Amino acid sequence: MKIKSILAKGYFNKLIWYVLMTIFALIFSMPLIWLFLTAFKTPQQTVAFPPEWIPNPWTFRSFVEGFADGSFGKQICNSIIVTLLCLIGTLVSSSLVGFGFSRLQARFKNFLFIVLLGTMMIPSTVTLIPTYVLYSKLGLINTYVPLVIPSFLGVGAFSIFLAKQFFDTLPKELDEASMIDGCSWFKTFALIYIPNSKPLLIVISIFSFVGTWNDFFSPMIFLLDPDKYTLAVGLAMFRNQYGGASDIGPLMAMSLVSILPVFILFFIAQKYFVQGIATTGLK
Amino acid sequence: MVMKIMKNEANLRMHKNNIKLTKRQRMDEKMFLTFISPWLIGFVFLTLGPMLYSLYMSFCKWDAITSPVFIGLTNFYKMFFVDQKFYLSLRNTLYFVLFSVPLNLVIALGLAVLLNMNYRGRSLFRAAFYLPSVIAGVAVYIVWSYLFNSTIGVINYFLSFVGIHGPNWLTDPIWSMPSIIIMTTTFCGGAMLIFLAGLQDIPESVIEAARVDGASKLKIFLKIKLPLLSPIIFLNLIMSIIGSLQIFAQPWVMTQGGPVDSTYVYGMLVYDSAFRFSEFGYASALAWFLFLIIMSLSLIIIKTSSAWVFSESAQK
Repeated sequence: MKIKSILAKGYFNKLIWYVLMTIFALIFSMPLIWLFLTAFKTPQQTVAFPPEWIPNPWTFRSFVEGFADGSFGKQICNSIIVTLLCLIGTLVSSSLVGFGFSRLQARFKNFLFIVLLGTMMIPSTVTLIPTYVLYSKLGLINTYVPLVIPSFLGVGAFSIFLAKQFFDTLPKELDEASMIDGCSWFKTFALIYIPNSKPLLIVISIFSFVGTWNDFFSPMIFLLDPDKYTLAVGLAMFRNQYGGASDIGPLMAMSLVSILPVFILFFIAQKYFVQGIATTGLK
Repeated sequence: MVMKIMKNEANLRMHKNNIKLTKRQRMDEKMFLTFISPWLIGFVFLTLGPMLYSLYMSFCKWDAITSPVFIGLTNFYKMFFVDQKFYLSLRNTLYFVLFSVPLNLVIALGLAVLLNMNYRGRSLFRAAFYLPSVIAGVAVYIVWSYLFNSTIGVINYFLSFVGIHGPNWLTDPIWSMPSIIIMTTTFCGGAMLIFLAGLQDIPESVIEAARVDGASKLKIFLKIKLPLLSPIIFLNLIMSIIGSLQIFAQPWVMTQGGPVDSTYVYGMLVYDSAFRFSEFGYASALAWFLFLIIMSLSLIIIKTSSAWVFSESAQK
């Protein structure tokens, strides 16, 4: 009898766990599910109340209408350009700087490292206005330069930190062996460390991609031409124009499209997302 | 090879003792500076420089077209004694921070605890909880604004099942900020993962020892797991506060600061001052005040941390 009650308790806990988790998972996923379904609905169905969940019939018309005037297509291209450039910038600068902090010596290295960490606490609002003025004086407003340059100049302290932590875990024998062979630090960096840093580069790429793709504030401030808008800004403007609750199909379809790249990336590289976050949290 | 390693050690020691550098060490330092030059340049021109400049700006009146005019403390006088929107936006922002930060922390921790239980399929659930925070952006805010819609919104639909007549979420000044807070809680995935990693880092032997000593699950959680997690919680708390004090995109996209300025946050005041009213000096003053708030809050938390944050060195 005792064994039975213990077993029963185990099953009960298990059941509760699954029920709870399913409820929570549904709550967290509901927006995405609703978005997906609504993107395929007919105009009347999108604003039907009580809500009709399953599209009937399934139609691609929202996507067609959304892309119709070509602006979304342009915005997607713009987003891709900006995101790719930022990606390159972040990869190059974080790995270089992270390597410097990890392997090279200087008297003030620790001080600078603390400064680096400190910059993560500075609100962007404080630097926003002067940087805007700076770019304005240089005539760089309404270009992609203000959006891309920061990533080349190591403004992503987070990625630098990740890089340093990662390089710290690589054995120092690597530098010594390579220096004995007469390689300069640069060669050591490029030919030995980088090829061995695939996980690091993947994690940095992921976070840079997601951060830039979703970024709304910077493009909104620095871009004036609707032609140059990235997807985030374009979507917000689109919403302001057509957001009335009469047919939200195209809006939903375009929103779905804008989420798609990150969504796909997430499922392909999920373990890297998780690893990346876990390492930062446990510094 | 051995000689080289020894030389490296000597190098390190010398660097630490600040003795006059050898030629070799000076070369090393040059190398170091070269490698970190991107960050150094960025720091000076995009962070430190702008910060100092905006500090100066906060004592000036400037419309970015004519030259700045030094006006002393006038901007701050306006902030504290004249501008209605200052206290309004500050209050809205603090309202948001006060509720969303603890809520997110608790939910993230709770989910992490649940995910730490070794049941099959938990990686699927983990993905479900983490995904929203990854795709969070304009598109997601837009979707949520329709979920909250009073006529066609799904949320009120579900509430009607349990007999609650849902409010006009985003169009009701009382419920507008709570709506944003509720949405933001679904973005706690990142924190959840960090807590989960922290929980998984706790050696099984410690838990086992406590269990053998007869401690209940709750006691184990409160007396062992939580304290061991406290450094992580501490860090997360600070970063969350800093982040949420600057909130801008969510209210901008969902409510445009309304209704009746109920979601008009501090970031919006800074934005408006600079880009709509061309008051760059005032905007700088506002920005620096925010910075001061952040610094003070962080200091307070850090000072009190020795009381509640577990530290290995303190154990001695």
